Amino acid sequence: MLTESLVWAIFLLPVASFLLIGLVIRPLGPAFAKTAGYVTIAALGIGFILSVWLLRSSAHGEVYDFAPYLWLGLGPATIEVGLLLDPLTNVMLVVVTGVSLMVQIYSMGYMDGDESFARYYAYMSLFSASMIGLVLAVNVVQMYVFWELVGLSSYLLIGFWHDRPAAAAAAKKAFIITRIGDVGFLLAIIYLFFQADDFAAHGLNALHIPHIWEAAAPVAAGGAGIVAGGALVWLCLGLFAGAAGKSGQFPLHTWLPDAMEGPTPVSALIHAATMVAAGVFLVGRFFPVFAESEAAMMVVALIGAFTAVFAATLGLAANDIKRVMAYSTVSQLGYMMAALGVGAYNAALFHLFTHAFFKALLFLGAGSVNHAAGTFNMMYMGGLRKAMPGTYWLTVIGALSLVGIFPLAGFWSKDEILLESWLAGGPVPASISLLVFAMLLVGVLLTAFYTYRMVHLTFHGEFRGGGERELHDAQEAGQPAPTGVSHHMHLGESPLVMVIPMGVLGFSAIVAGWLANPIGVSSIFGLIPSHWLTEYFASGLHDGHHAPPFSIPIAVVSNAVAIAGIGLAVLTYAWPRPFTTSEPLSRGGPLHTLLAQRYYMDDLYEGVIVGRVFYRTVAAIADWFDRNIVDGIVGLLGWLSRNIGGLIALAQNGQVQTYPLIAAAGGLVIIILYLAFG
Amino acid sequence: MTLETLLIVAAIIFCIGLYGALARRNFIAVLMSIELMFNGVNLTLVALGRYVAPYAVQEQLSAVFTGQVFAVFIITVAAAEIALGLGIVFAVFRSNESVDLTDAAALRH
Repeated sequence: MLTESLVWAIFLLPVASFLLIGLVIRPLGPAFAKTAGYVTIAALGIGFILSVWLLRSSAHGEVYDFAPYLWLGLGPATIEVGLLLDPLTNVMLVVVTGVSLMVQIYSMGYMDGDESFARYYAYMSLFSASMIGLVLAVNVVQMYVFWELVGLSSYLLIGFWHDRPAAAAAAKKAFIITRIGDVGFLLAIIYLFFQADDFAAHGLNALHIPHIWEAAAPVAAGGAGIVAGGALVWLCLGLFAGAAGKSGQFPLHTWLPDAMEGPTPVSALIHAATMVAAGVFLVGRFFPVFAESEAAMMVVALIGAFTAVFAATLGLAANDIKRVMAYSTVSQLGYMMAALGVGAYNAALFHLFTHAFFKALLFLGAGSVNHAAGTFNMMYMGGLRKAMPGTYWLTVIGALSLVGIFPLAGFWSKDEILLESWLAGGPVPASISLLVFAMLLVGVLLTAFYTYRMVHLTFHGEFRGGGERELHDAQEAGQPAPTGVSHHMHLGESPLVMVIPMGVLGFSAIVAGWLANPIGVSSIFGLIPSHWLTEYFASGLHDGHHAPPFSIPIAVVSNAVAIAGIGLAVLTYAWPRPFTTSEPLSRGGPLHTLLAQRYYMDDLYEGVIVGRVFYRTVAAIADWFDRNIVDGIVGLLGWLSRNIGGLIALAQNGQVQTYPLIAAAGGLVIIILYLAFG
Repeated sequence: MTLETLLIVAAIIFCIGLYGALARRNFIAVLMSIELMFNGVNLTLVALGRYVAPYAVQEQLSAVFTGQVFAVFIITVAAAEIALGLGIVFAVFRSNESVDLTDAAALRH
């Protein structure tokens, strides 16, 4: 039984929680701050149960499309508010509420003692509500509202510690860079709006998402064929620009590593598991539209694959554990985009699903490590395995899942992506698909390398002093104290309220992949039919794309590449010469510098584009115009009135007799004129 | 005595007054010149009332003396004006210690 009001409850509970915390609990003061956490956890807990129930009750791929509330009727295009429940939405709901619930519980421990505890939970509720609203939206404008709301809550949470200049700058950067992509999304919506008459001629609403699918399908395939040709490509590219901004795809990826200035649970939830996946979700949502345009699919596939490799190389040289993870997230999102591009809709969403669990787990592990060591800089960690075995083993599970080792969750989904790009059955040419396959395989190698490096530097070897040492070194070198580093260290396991959510996510990171059951092992997976999750995703599409049968050679190759990557990393960092203090990769010379400087892309954006093009050129011209033309006109008016006034003031000489003299002269002139011409 | 003669005399008186008002530097002389101008105008009014009005409005007796009535009004108003003017002259003399009109130029731009 599907009850609409219960689905609305999934969305409205976090909204209510946000309002309750913002308007009631937070003004009551810090004594009641803990309540804020309980309210949020309760709201998301109920939401999670409802989401699982929703997934169960529509387990056969039914698509429900309610649009009962009219918001604005703009001629043929109407903006309505409603629900679109298809397999994609249902799974996203479970991911969002599930990961969010775990992160909120973990935050009770991680944020304990923070003076803005209630504000944190208010923002977290707002984010959860916006994200749920985004996946439920049935109308493009409704979707766009929530799309911007998640951007806003991301901004608020990155800049949560707004007294740190780095956090404030990172929040601003994230907001501005994602906004660049959003312009594309907005243009796509505006384009659709102007096609409203064509849509209406076919009885469709240009802003209703299922109608857009129909409009993009060619007439031969039973669609309306309204949007086609070049317009279709541009529409897709506009949507993809929005998705690329949100999902940190090249060249809009630079904000995501900086976003790690926010609290670690925020990074886990927003910048790893859910919000950054919204870009993939958007492309997935409009997949029937993208699928009609080969050019757009090629762009998506190539940008995705390039990002997957590009971000992985950046992960090699980062020393901040959260930045490594951030690059890893960008890279994995690249995998998803590439999968969508080669037509592997279900594999991409499957990877989104598994990635949410293991990446959230890895981030929570990073937060736990930070709690112990007082820093995020891996150069000052090391040897934490003995101090915090729970965090260590859970991180290893997450790491192996990320690398894609059989039989963890990440393996199944990544394998599916590799297999589909190898088979090249999608809308893009086979050569492009194989190129994507090769790039993704390189990505696997790099992923394995930087993941082992991260685990090794953090947990293996000897302890290198933590935050205290880092502050000491910075002081000795005469540099300002790095932000987010504290003297506070206690080398031991984090509290249970942090470890248990990690355990739940660790369990998911092992088993989430089995939901797809690609091998079809009935004895172990008796409950789950073969290819269940992937087929479930596909059932939301009209021409359901079916998952290919499991391929042992591809699985062996991807595992071999991953193990080779780990092996290389072991040779570099652990054996025969264990890592002490100097980075072995720095022997790479300029290449390592290039990576450590992030390909100078931040310098390009901030120094050249913002600094030179905007500040020195555009802003300088605008400044000149403002100073000389705008101010000049104002100044001229002032100068004119002052001087004309001065001229007239000459007559005001204070001599009483001048005035009647002038009056008499004027009278005389009038009389003479009258006599002469009257 | 014709209207013309009267008007010419009135114009001469008015112009003498105007000249005095514009050219004299003594405050009191200026006031006196203004009186002359008034009287020039008064003479015009009376003369026109005497020679022109009866022919213009023969039926209305009340209108016959319009010019003369006006002249009487002007005499009273001029008396009030001269009282005010002399008050100002005293005030200016008290601060300036002079009755030179060109010295009283503080109210300029």
